[in-house]
Amino acid sequence: MNDFERAIVYLNDPFNWSRPNGIADLAVEHLTISLVAVLAAMVVALPIGTALGTSRRGGGLVVGLSNVSRAVPTLALLTLFAVSPIGFGNRATTIALAVFAVPPILTNTFVGFRGVDPEVREAARGMGMSRGQVLTRVELPLALPLLMTGIRTATVQVVATAGLAALVGGGGLGRLINLGFGQQDYGVMIAGAIAVAGLALLTEAVLALVSWLVTPGPRRLPFLQVRRAEGAGAVPEPTASGVPL
Amino acid sequence: MTSLGTRPLLDAVSDPAVGLLAVDEAPNPWFDPSYVTDNWDSILAYTGEHVRLTVLAVLIGAALALPLALVARRSRYLSAPVLGLSTVVYTIPSLALFALLVPFTGLSSNTVLIGLVAYSLVILVRNFLAGLQGVPADVREAARGMGLSGAQTLWRVDLPLALPAIMAGLRIATVSTVALTTVGVLVGHGGLGQLITGGFASNFYRAEIVTGAVGCVLLALLADALLAGAERLLTPWSRAARA
Repeated sequence: MNDFERAIVYLNDPFNWSRPNGIADLAVEHLTISLVAVLAAMVVALPIGTALGTSRRGGGLVVGLSNVSRAVPTLALLTLFAVSPIGFGNRATTIALAVFAVPPILTNTFVGFRGVDPEVREAARGMGMSRGQVLTRVELPLALPLLMTGIRTATVQVVATAGLAALVGGGGLGRLINLGFGQQDYGVMIAGAIAVAGLALLTEAVLALVSWLVTPGPRRLPFLQVRRAEGAGAVPEPTASGVPL
Repeated sequence: MTSLGTRPLLDAVSDPAVGLLAVDEAPNPWFDPSYVTDNWDSILAYTGEHVRLTVLAVLIGAALALPLALVARRSRYLSAPVLGLSTVVYTIPSLALFALLVPFTGLSSNTVLIGLVAYSLVILVRNFLAGLQGVPADVREAARGMGLSGAQTLWRVDLPLALPAIMAGLRIATVSTVALTTVGVLVGHGGLGQLITGGFASNFYRAEIVTGAVGCVLLALLADALLAGAERLLTPWSRAARA
């Protein structure tokens, strides 16, 4: 029996899912950490991104931040927070992941709001809308596709990197990988890898569906938008999105 | 129990009832130059491994990405699966990918290298494709009309025009590969990442962790600056246009 068959056997045993600290528990822990981290990042990044984007200022700052954040290894930040006075555990993991979720959300929010045609805004003002109405009823719907892209990128990134926390004493599904590796039980390790990868892919799929549902106008599933992006020309994405984890 | 702050150090350590760990009382500074000077050799060795893995991964990734992008450019039916597959590879967490490779390549640095190649390949294909698709069709038409062969068109028209996107892709791929290499600590070949987990394992030795982390960031910024310089040298016409 090779390691992959052992992994399938491990994943097929219901007890491995339901026991305390089994796959189900670890997945819930994994998702809780991720959710809190993304929500915290949204609370910070959405207002700042909106303010900077609508005023069209601070572009260099936002792009610079997203570039620098790419250079900082997630493992480094997870470890630094773990050895800080916060102490290792889920709190340190959540804070580190939230820090990493800020740049993609901030950049995409900024680019989304900055991209709103000034004439559209002018027209809305001319129709007698207040500043708040322009923001919520004109600019937000127009910026929403990019805003959702940012949230989706950040969430998938957080779910994927939450596994790294296990290397420095954190929780979540990464534990299975670390445990299997430590015990030289590659079946468990591969089972953990499959679980982490599956959770990340599932998150991507669910959020793609959510952004499809909330986006107004002609509905296109994200993976069908490739063609439109091609037509947009050879400008590589200015955002932190699309960086492997 | 008296307040801990006023107790002399020795007293706190010798009295087990206080419940203090020695690690809390020992000095554990974030920055310690003596750590760097004392361990210069091993830091250099880890940096060397980090650089070697990054350079190899980006070079192999670029060598694979260019033909893929050229094929994908030919039609939408070829580009859609290439881009779709690259999205899926993106989404797979690096830790999981390295773990899945271990049964095949064991604890060698090849495990890390293959994983890094996969990620850099994914970034590069997208940017190369975007760059090649940005070459105006009438420019290629003109090149053909001037009698350039397919290879000549590629070398003298497509690649120079796509160069900004290609270099942007190389910079993104290099910077994120530097960061990703640290995950190789799973199999003991994480370059400077070894210092990060090594310090964590050595009783949360902060100086070692910070050295590894700062080293990674400096390495990424240095690589980015070098590639930016290379881009300037390779595209003299863009400087002329700006002047």
